[in-house]
Amino acid sequence: MKERLQSIKEEALRAIEGADMPEKLNDVRVKFLGKKGELTAVLKGMKDVAPDERPKVGQLVNETRAAIENILEESKIKMERAIREEKMKQEVIDVTLPSKKNMVGHRHPNTIALEEVERIFIGMGYEVVEGPDVEYDLYNFEKLNIPDGHPAKDEQDTFYINKEIVLRTQTSPVQARVMEQGKLPIRMIAPGRVFRSDEVDATHSPSFHQIEGLVIDKNISFADLKGTLEVFAKELFGPDTKTKFRPHHFPFTEPSAEVDVTCFKCQGKGCRFCKGSGWIEILGCGMVHPHVLEMCGIDPDEYTGFAFGVGLERIALLKYEIDDMRLLYENDIRFLKQF
Amino acid sequence: MNTSLSWIKAYVPELDVTAQEYTDAMTLSGTKVEGYEVLDADLDKIVIGQIDKIEKHPDADKLIVCQVNVGNESVQIVTGANNVHEGDKVPVVLDGGRVAGGHEPGSRVAGGVKIKKGKLRGIESRGMMCSIEELGSTRDMYPEAPKEGIYIFPEDAKVGESAVEALGLNDVVFEYEVTSNRVDCFSVIGIAREAAATFGKEFHPPVVAKTGNGEDVNDFIKVTVKDSDLCPRYCARVVKNIKIGPSPKWMQRRLASVGIRPINNLVDITNYVMEEYGQPMHAYDLDTIAGREIIVRTAKKGEKFTTLDGQEREMDESVLMICDGEKSIGIAGIMGGENSMITDDVKTMLFEAACFDGTNIRKSSKKIGLRTDASGKFEKGLDPNNAQAAIDRACQLVEELGAGEVAGGIVDVYGKKKEPVRVPFDAEKINRLLGTDISKEEMLGYFEKIGLGFDEAASEVIAPTFRQDLFRLADLAEEVARFYGYDNIPTTLPRGEATTGKLSFKLRVEEVARDIAEFCGFSQGMTYSFESPKVFDKLRIPEASPLRRTVEIMNPLGEDYSIMRTTSLNGMLTSLATNYNRRNKNVRLYELGNIYLPKSLPLTELPEERMQFTLGMYGDGDFFSMKGVVEEFFEKIGLHKKEVYDPNSGKPYLHPGRQANIIYDGVVMGYLGEVHPDIADAYGIGTKAYIAVLDMPEIVKKATFDRKYTGIARFPSVNRDISMVMPKEILVGQVEEVIEKKGGEYLESYALFDLYEGAQIKEGYKSVAYSIVFRAKDKTLEDAEVTEAMERILKALEGMGIELRK
Repeated sequence: MKERLQSIKEEALRAIEGADMPEKLNDVRVKFLGKKGELTAVLKGMKDVAPDERPKVGQLVNETRAAIENILEESKIKMERAIREEKMKQEVIDVTLPSKKNMVGHRHPNTIALEEVERIFIGMGYEVVEGPDVEYDLYNFEKLNIPDGHPAKDEQDTFYINKEIVLRTQTSPVQARVMEQGKLPIRMIAPGRVFRSDEVDATHSPSFHQIEGLVIDKNISFADLKGTLEVFAKELFGPDTKTKFRPHHFPFTEPSAEVDVTCFKCQGKGCRFCKGSGWIEILGCGMVHPHVLEMCGIDPDEYTGFAFGVGLERIALLKYEIDDMRLLYENDIRFLKQF
Repeated sequence: MNTSLSWIKAYVPELDVTAQEYTDAMTLSGTKVEGYEVLDADLDKIVIGQIDKIEKHPDADKLIVCQVNVGNESVQIVTGANNVHEGDKVPVVLDGGRVAGGHEPGSRVAGGVKIKKGKLRGIESRGMMCSIEELGSTRDMYPEAPKEGIYIFPEDAKVGESAVEALGLNDVVFEYEVTSNRVDCFSVIGIAREAAATFGKEFHPPVVAKTGNGEDVNDFIKVTVKDSDLCPRYCARVVKNIKIGPSPKWMQRRLASVGIRPINNLVDITNYVMEEYGQPMHAYDLDTIAGREIIVRTAKKGEKFTTLDGQEREMDESVLMICDGEKSIGIAGIMGGENSMITDDVKTMLFEAACFDGTNIRKSSKKIGLRTDASGKFEKGLDPNNAQAAIDRACQLVEELGAGEVAGGIVDVYGKKKEPVRVPFDAEKINRLLGTDISKEEMLGYFEKIGLGFDEAASEVIAPTFRQDLFRLADLAEEVARFYGYDNIPTTLPRGEATTGKLSFKLRVEEVARDIAEFCGFSQGMTYSFESPKVFDKLRIPEASPLRRTVEIMNPLGEDYSIMRTTSLNGMLTSLATNYNRRNKNVRLYELGNIYLPKSLPLTELPEERMQFTLGMYGDGDFFSMKGVVEEFFEKIGLHKKEVYDPNSGKPYLHPGRQANIIYDGVVMGYLGEVHPDIADAYGIGTKAYIAVLDMPEIVKKATFDRKYTGIARFPSVNRDISMVMPKEILVGQVEEVIEKKGGEYLESYALFDLYEGAQIKEGYKSVAYSIVFRAKDKTLEDAEVTEAMERILKALEGMGIELRK
């Protein structure tokens, strides 16, 4: 009996070795291990075996079955692996073929610049607020220390709706609106659209955007203004950016300043971009004029503050090296896709 | 405002700086230098030479050969100029030197032209004699220069010395941006005062001694001011026995350096004092003044007046006029009249130095359409105390230049005298405002340098009247800051109560709108808020539509920019058209921008500004792609209920069969559709275009960023399909409504999986198939429960005339 099992095993191994595809392995399984297979036949012949030998023979049969099954399984895995390897060889692709892109839209450069500015100031605890585009003369001028007849009112080429209502020429009226609400301290920026009657050309547009900033608290100083805008400039234009504060005049701040940053194209060495000076003017600022505070119901002896105004297009044009402002309002997809 | 460096040095003699040092320091102390021109930047090796001998060129008729003494040697120069004679002293550029350009006016060459020795028709020529144009200037500025040919110096010129210096071209001209609060700096003296303070040098303004003879000006002229608000001060002096002639070279040079053409001594004195003191003056021929009387009053309505440029102009009652006993003789502060102007045979003249109301001058100047150097200065609001100083200075110059005999005394009509302002001073408060630690003494030192006084007892700073910008402590703080140096002020960050940085809810929703639009392939555009009233016809918006009620701009840039938009469509369609014209394929744009809806007309309060989220596209995609963007957006901002699309949206600019209002929770949130082909044609979009307009204020009201987790289904679902045939008019939306209503608590979802019209379906009908999914959260559904729900749905559908296919 033992010999018979041994020969079945050897026969099975030969058959496995001769199999060249998984189907043939299956044939081997059926032939030797199936219901009508040879091992089953041996088991069926157990009735001819002496009863006391039956367990031993049974064990032998099971061992043989396990051995054949093991080898079968191993061979199957090997064979399938080989087949997969072969298949993958056929599946090689040219990875340099063009990609399949989803159509994704692009943000307007003004918005990208605005979001950068917002991120910087939100990080410093500023709230982003808005004010109306169509504004009372009272807020656009009077409450900002620009009474009727003030030269600054003429300089600003205002669009009028009627005597009392204008298209705001600056985002500064939002200062007055926020201060009037009386919630102190204030740390806010107010981005928005502003209007001036300038003809359209490469550097002018009758409609553009500003970002106003305002901080009102006890003990706010010019040094705080300098520090804040220095942080802002470094965040926006890079950590090596230097700032220069030049005295200037705005009716609603005193002292006032204009701020230059080192030209980010030549790092301050002087180039065509900064007209050789190494500096680029980016914003106007100052300490909120005490009379403006008074007009908004804030006691200038108790509270002080600073304000600044940045031209958004100016930042966008500078940062992204856009040479014609008109591109910002044409909406040519080939322009927008670059951002 | 321009000044030359030499003119500044006339009042600050110790000033010794380079042009760049001056520019930087003045800018940092608040007098912004916009730029400068070094007059002799392109001039090199140019000396005064004297022509010893002139001979004809042997081989050229038009050339002469000159032997020129240039000081230490004699050089031979060949020239074609025909205005030189033996003995003339001329500018000579030596071999290897440079001139600014050719001899034609305006022919300057950047970097100059190098002059080298060479041969002209075989004769050696070493150097060149120069015309004024070759030296970079013009005959306008050097009226003594000949029309053509070489500049000739006066006889006392010293041979061998620098011709550039002799001509005053060794100078720098600065251009300043003076801010409107610093009226005093629209004068050379004002800038010189700042320069002296900036560089810590002594300031020496002109000293004006008493002028005039023993006569009394009151015997010559009487002045009456009818409106002292518009004319706070009027000073008049008289000059007789006038001798018109050229002004001296030094005066001509200074005027030329700031771009003023020398004319004659009287005109030049007036201009000179206007630049020096910032006070415009006017000169009248006294003999033309009827009744020897000046009356300052406003014009009559419609009054016609001819100014000295020969133009007739029309006035109104707000324009201030200078009149004599009979007629108007000048527009106050703007321009004198032709009838009283100084001519070459003037004998006696009236000098006027007045102070007029700045706002009135500015308005009048605008009204008349005439802006002059004088009005430009007056409209800033001048210091009345400067008027007398200026007129006395002018009379001093008349005497110095021998231009005439000044009559004694002054007619001075000066109502309420302007007094210096006293500003309370508190060094500690200034330091607190600036964030500095500057001593009181240092602050007072800055004030003294710029001519401010200090009353120690009252602790008040006394601001002279030429400083019209100093009223309170903050103003003094600025004076301290600019001389301490803005760059020396420390940098700190605000301390105090912490605040929360954030975007408003509205802005957060807008941010999501941008994100979704961009995920869906739309790029952000921006268009103007104002547009043409013609857009309504272009968009076929009916006459009675409220959209035609617009906020109008009184003074627009033109009709195309004259109304505030009430719809965002025109901007979007125009942008799509721009792209279409430029052959850009597959364009998807969005814009977040306001429309402006008046609450009442004429406008008495601010209009309502409504943010519109506008999407537009052509190329790949259709109505349903656009619809998908809307729904993705709604989903993302927490609008989870089902939108309803009402095809009866009545938009005349959209395809009548392909448009819908978007309704959420019973509120119209906007609309979408295919652009009407006629409208697309009108804009020049030659393909199907789709738009969606969402009204953000309504959307923001419903939006929420709150989210609640509802669990992931654990029990199996049951799917049932239904297939129907229905009249085309029935919308699948109506079928979905039934499914939702009748589906019961276990209805989880449903989806359209087949839609068919055509063969095998009867005319006017369509075949529609839905797959419906039921599921319970807490158990495995019984078949009967699902069947019951399905029966409710089917029954309701049959009730609508829908035929079920088994």
